[in-house]
Amino acid sequence: MNQIVLLPVILPLLGAGLCLVFGRSAFAQRIISIAILALVVTVAAVLLVRADRFGPQTVNVGGWPADIGISLVADRLSALMLLVSTVVTLCVLLYSFGQGIVEFGRDAPLSVFHPTFLVLSAGVSNAFLSADLFNLFVGFEILLVSSYVLITLGGTGARVRSGTIYIVVSMISSVVFLVAIACVYAATGTVNLAALAGRIEELPSGVSNLLQLLLLTTFCIKAAVFPLSAWLPDSYPTAPAPVTAVFAGLLTKVGIYAIIRTQTLLFPDNDLRTLLLWAAVLTMVVGILGAVAQSDIKRILSFTLVSHIGYMLFGVAIGSTMGLSGAIFYIAHHITVQTTLFLVAGLVEYRSSTTNLDKLGGLARAAPVLAVMFFVPAMNLAGIPPFSGFLGKLTLVEAGVDDHRWLSYVAVAAAIVTSLLTLYAIAKVWNRAFWQPAETGHEAGDDLGHDSHGGSMHGRSGVSTKTERTSTWKAVDDDQQRLPLGMVVPTLMLVACSVALTVVAGPLLAFTTRAAEELQGRSAYVTAVLGGGG
Amino acid sequence: MTPNLPLVILVGIMVAAGVTLVLERSLTRILIGFVLIGNGVSVLYLVISGPAGTAPIVGLSDDPMSDPLPQAMVLTAIVITLGVTSFGLALAYRAWQLTGHDDVQDDVEDDAIRRRAEKDETSVTFDEADAALPDEEGSDRPRRIAPRDGTP
Repeated sequence: MNQIVLLPVILPLLGAGLCLVFGRSAFAQRIISIAILALVVTVAAVLLVRADRFGPQTVNVGGWPADIGISLVADRLSALMLLVSTVVTLCVLLYSFGQGIVEFGRDAPLSVFHPTFLVLSAGVSNAFLSADLFNLFVGFEILLVSSYVLITLGGTGARVRSGTIYIVVSMISSVVFLVAIACVYAATGTVNLAALAGRIEELPSGVSNLLQLLLLTTFCIKAAVFPLSAWLPDSYPTAPAPVTAVFAGLLTKVGIYAIIRTQTLLFPDNDLRTLLLWAAVLTMVVGILGAVAQSDIKRILSFTLVSHIGYMLFGVAIGSTMGLSGAIFYIAHHITVQTTLFLVAGLVEYRSSTTNLDKLGGLARAAPVLAVMFFVPAMNLAGIPPFSGFLGKLTLVEAGVDDHRWLSYVAVAAAIVTSLLTLYAIAKVWNRAFWQPAETGHEAGDDLGHDSHGGSMHGRSGVSTKTERTSTWKAVDDDQQRLPLGMVVPTLMLVACSVALTVVAGPLLAFTTRAAEELQGRSAYVTAVLGGGG
Repeated sequence: MTPNLPLVILVGIMVAAGVTLVLERSLTRILIGFVLIGNGVSVLYLVISGPAGTAPIVGLSDDPMSDPLPQAMVLTAIVITLGVTSFGLALAYRAWQLTGHDDVQDDVEDDAIRRRAEKDETSVTFDEADAALPDEEGSDRPRRIAPRDGTP
């Protein structure tokens, strides 16, 4: 039964192969992709239940013992990450079908997108499940290489420009990771995480600090933690909407997952907590200040993504059960919400041909469903009380206050300020793109001359003649104005998921607390990997 | 374990040369730098695998054998580096097709700030002399596509 731990890695790879075989038929590719990802979601759900009931689920690939071979482990943290990420991936895949005709129809061959997307999913699963550092590296590489292909999809000028920066930064971070693994192996003679848990404690503190710093540098680049985050806001927005959404939801979280895993398992009593707390504070504040200054929805969202990585790092840096639990809860929440918001940004772009706030306006009246789909996750992101964002932030703030150190109080203050500034940035988007009529957008210097194209909108949505006359929407024909159901339904599904996280917040928080206790206990993981499996 | 000093020095030289190249603007040079760093790190794996011995096959000889695990790892790393490098070369070629050069270009943000500066949407700290330039449509066009520093 433990063998199903392998499936989240193997199935998408198999699916990618099948997609290439059926490369000529977009229909077959879609069926294969959906079937594979739906299967993986099921497997992840089963793993979650089993990991919670029976402890970490282990499998040693090829039957080699754990210290020599490769082990895959699904404990509570891994299983939860896996479930949330695959659900999000599935929804984004459905969304991409809806968008396929528009965005990919002419720009890029469809046959590349589906296999690459599945390989990305396999890489993410591998990173979440792997129980040794080198396999983690391989997981990272699988997801990175497929992300290189996805971010430069179509090879347009803008994508090549932003993709180049992303690719160079990622390549360098991979090399740093390789150096870190080499140092870990030289110091301890193993790369198995469970075996390392015992051996790193025996090292002199200087060596173990060096290893920790090397690993943290790598993961902080991948997670876009402040001094190493400059690559993210520039490279994400130019990719196609589903690609940006899945990157924003998953890739940085894989980095955070790796930080949590190594911090709790390898360096439980670490001297670098202060450093991590400072990084968390700076990530939150600098990130959100960037978001406030932007005037493009996708770029604002990219900066809030960087900023909210700080919350998760904050929880990890506190290191208490409550802090870790809050961080894990926040990851689950943030994957869902951030992905949803990027999908909505994609819908806005589809609807109005731009995500620039200077050119948008009046969407609340023109597209009320779109407005609701933006409003709910946006309020969730800002942490307005009933939503899961509020609960996650509250848990983290409580954990920070319980820590009783002045720096923790600084971090708590930064978290609250960041939350308010997030609300400000989100409110700016809401006001300028959705509420405010489009006239001001016209004054802001948009001289594209599309004034005459409000006509067909008038009949359906009842926009006043004045708005219609001064509308700055780009020329769109009747088909384009109605949002395609194939894009709206997956977005709605994700909105529903994010709201569902609020509804099940109690049990989920209890689960993340159990996961945090398991992480701090360490023994369950170590015995599962080294003692049993098969 | 006593590390092999010449190999360590070799790693240092390769990585240093690689880092110098990665800091260049041209993507081709960055890729060559990346290859150098990657190969340097591969040599690092030879350092960590300890002293060389016989082939790691049990029962072949009684002499101490080489540690096979770092070699397995470095093989994987070499393959990955190869794949990534070839993708990077394709990207450099595509950039050359599109723009005629393969320089890594600036953040669009810098461009946006410059444009806003020309529209006078600036903070008070913005340089007066530059903001006073004529900013009617058309007259600021050439400035928008003004060459970045260093390139003609």
